Amino acid sequence: MDATSDVRDIAERFTGLIGGPITALRKIVEACGHIQSAHVATVADVFNLSVAEVRGIVSFYSDLRTEPAGRRHIRICQAEACQAVGARELTAAIADKLGIGLGETAADGSVSLEAVYCLGLCTNGPTAMVNGDPVVGATPEGLAG
Amino acid sequence: MSLAKVPYETLANALGANRIADDLARSGHQVIRTGSHGLNWLEPLVEVDGVAFGPVKDAGDLDAVRIGPVQELPALARQQRLVFDRCGHVDPFDYDPAWIRAQLEREPADILEQVRLSGLRGRGGAGFPAHIKWRTVHDTPADEKYIVVNADEGDSGTFADRLVMEGDPFRLIEGMLLSGHATGSGKGIVYLRSEYPLAAEIFGKAIDAARGLGLLEAFDIELFVGAGAYICGEETSLLESLEGKRGEVRSKPPVPAIAGLFGRPTLVHNVITLAAVPAILDIGGAAYAELGVGLSTGTMTFQLAGNVRRGGLIELPFGIPLRELIEDWGGGTKSGRPVGAVQVGGPLGAYLKDGELDTPLTYEALAELGAGVGHGGVVIFDDTVDLVQQAHFAFAFCAHESCGKCTPCRIGAVRGKETVETLMAKGHRGVPGTDPAGGGDRHGDAELAIIADLCDVMEDASLCQMGGMTPIPVRSALGLK
Ligand SMILES: Cc1cc2nc3c(=O)[nH]c(=O)nc-3n(C[C@H](O)[C@H](O)[C@H](O)COP(=O)(O)O)c2cc1C
Ligand code: FES
Repeated sequence: MDATSDVRDIAERFTGLIGGPITALRKIVEACGHIQSAHVATVADVFNLSVAEVRGIVSFYSDLRTEPAGRRHIRICQAEACQAVGARELTAAIADKLGIGLGETAADGSVSLEAVYCLGLCTNGPTAMVNGDPVVGATPEGLAG
Repeated sequence: MSLAKVPYETLANALGANRIADDLARSGHQVIRTGSHGLNWLEPLVEVDGVAFGPVKDAGDLDAVRIGPVQELPALARQQRLVFDRCGHVDPFDYDPAWIRAQLEREPADILEQVRLSGLRGRGGAGFPAHIKWRTVHDTPADEKYIVVNADEGDSGTFADRLVMEGDPFRLIEGMLLSGHATGSGKGIVYLRSEYPLAAEIFGKAIDAARGLGLLEAFDIELFVGAGAYICGEETSLLESLEGKRGEVRSKPPVPAIAGLFGRPTLVHNVITLAAVPAILDIGGAAYAELGVGLSTGTMTFQLAGNVRRGGLIELPFGIPLRELIEDWGGGTKSGRPVGAVQVGGPLGAYLKDGELDTPLTYEALAELGAGVGHGGVVIFDDTVDLVQQAHFAFAFCAHESCGKCTPCRIGAVRGKETVETLMAKGHRGVPGTDPAGGGDRHGDAELAIIADLCDVMEDASLCQMGGMTPIPVRSALGLK
């Protein structure tokens, strides 16, 4: 789903709500995978904001990605409770296995790695989220799929 | 037919609870989905006719992991659960609104007084007395007032907010209704982090259910899901975010209780603070204040995490020594090695070492160590921890999460991170005067002096506690005072 009119429809659903522009942008990421500059202009128009203001919002929040994620999107927890049980080693191992680092996407778009800071599963680290599904006791093999 | 209780909660689900629930239903059990008890090492913890089993791998062979009657589980029975009394025992949607309806008949002044008597302090981090904020919101005239729930729960090692919202969402709704009634506010907003999709699903359903029960007529509730920013847990950043903007912190004053969301009086509280209010009204503020120690009244929902054998949620009155929490309750490290360091209170909390573990967990005792209770998270590291690396992370995290509005935090964190990198390159272990490289221009004490100076500037001159408290983990990790 990409047509500008659909994006406008999404944005318009949130105009009366608290934090509307942010929710609209988050929903656009859910629907389209990432935010494109045309989307920024649409959101600015719908919420009566300047394009610069919307760009400012997009650049502030890490969920509001402007590049597509890989088909398998792996977010690995980098926070302290997971560090205490090997998150650094896990991250190094999976980066090595996939040939990409945190914040990178494989050239063929198959997989991407991203840092996340705590999933609230801190007794069962290292943890991760793969395409939105939480993984506890994560291993490089399990995450690579 | 036997009754099986299976948690519907993020951790239990990640460990197979949905499949187990299906299997139990197929084998003829009546299955209800509850919250989690927070005994995380036993998840998925299944209860069949009052007997606990866990961690369950195979629903067909429960006896392999039989524990005993739920009522007698020491890890539960020894806790004092006021916030978490229902969580794990019930299907959260099997809810009887009679109690809250009766409470909402009480005079606002009576509720304010009970909160004052309870001595309740904020569970989000700062530990500020709740009643002062309630009183201020109540006394400030305005056309609209707001209750804002901080469910951004960004601290590593914490999950209490999530457990309540997934396992007993009505407890939070009750707290919100009571605070709205007491302060004269008609609107509540919950700011939930996007990393908690199941909490969003369950809490969203609970709002609808509350509306269906007619509980949201004088007071409405809206759920807002964040977009990935630790700093949005800071209350003024959170308010900016709710206004649809970049989460850049505001300078205070004015405090949110006077001019918060859209400039209106706003009561900002952590989930657990508000979720404690029903118990306070139930047992009375004075009885609540008898729990705990001194000005640290009531129960705290401690969360044991990291390298620990029995991690989970432990609700106890303030005052339990840290070592007891780690050894008695936690069973020591998961790796079996000695404890190396314990970070209390999230990423802005101190790294405490062996000599400091006998500290009772109270706001006052931790403050004496230059530490804090924060949101009650206790993260355990074994003796392989590299504290210089943890100091590096504290600066790196601040650099990553800083909103960028003030210079000490924005620049200080980056310079701090670079300086710790130099220290690491020199092989320095952090504690001044113990430089293994020893003297000359390889001497890391020069870097430590720069770091100490940066910490002073960040602490004194940052706009909020992101920059202002980053020195706490840095100094404690490096042995600086
Ligand atoms: C960087 C930063 C992050 C914070 N994150 C949270 C958070 O995730 N949850 C929370 O309740 N409070 C958080 N706080 C504390 C809030 O600013 C505020 O003190 C709290 O929400 C007030 O509620 P309480 O009185 O119930 O504690 C954070 C503070 C700072 C400086
Ligand atoms: S620190 Fe990794 S899940 Fe909390």
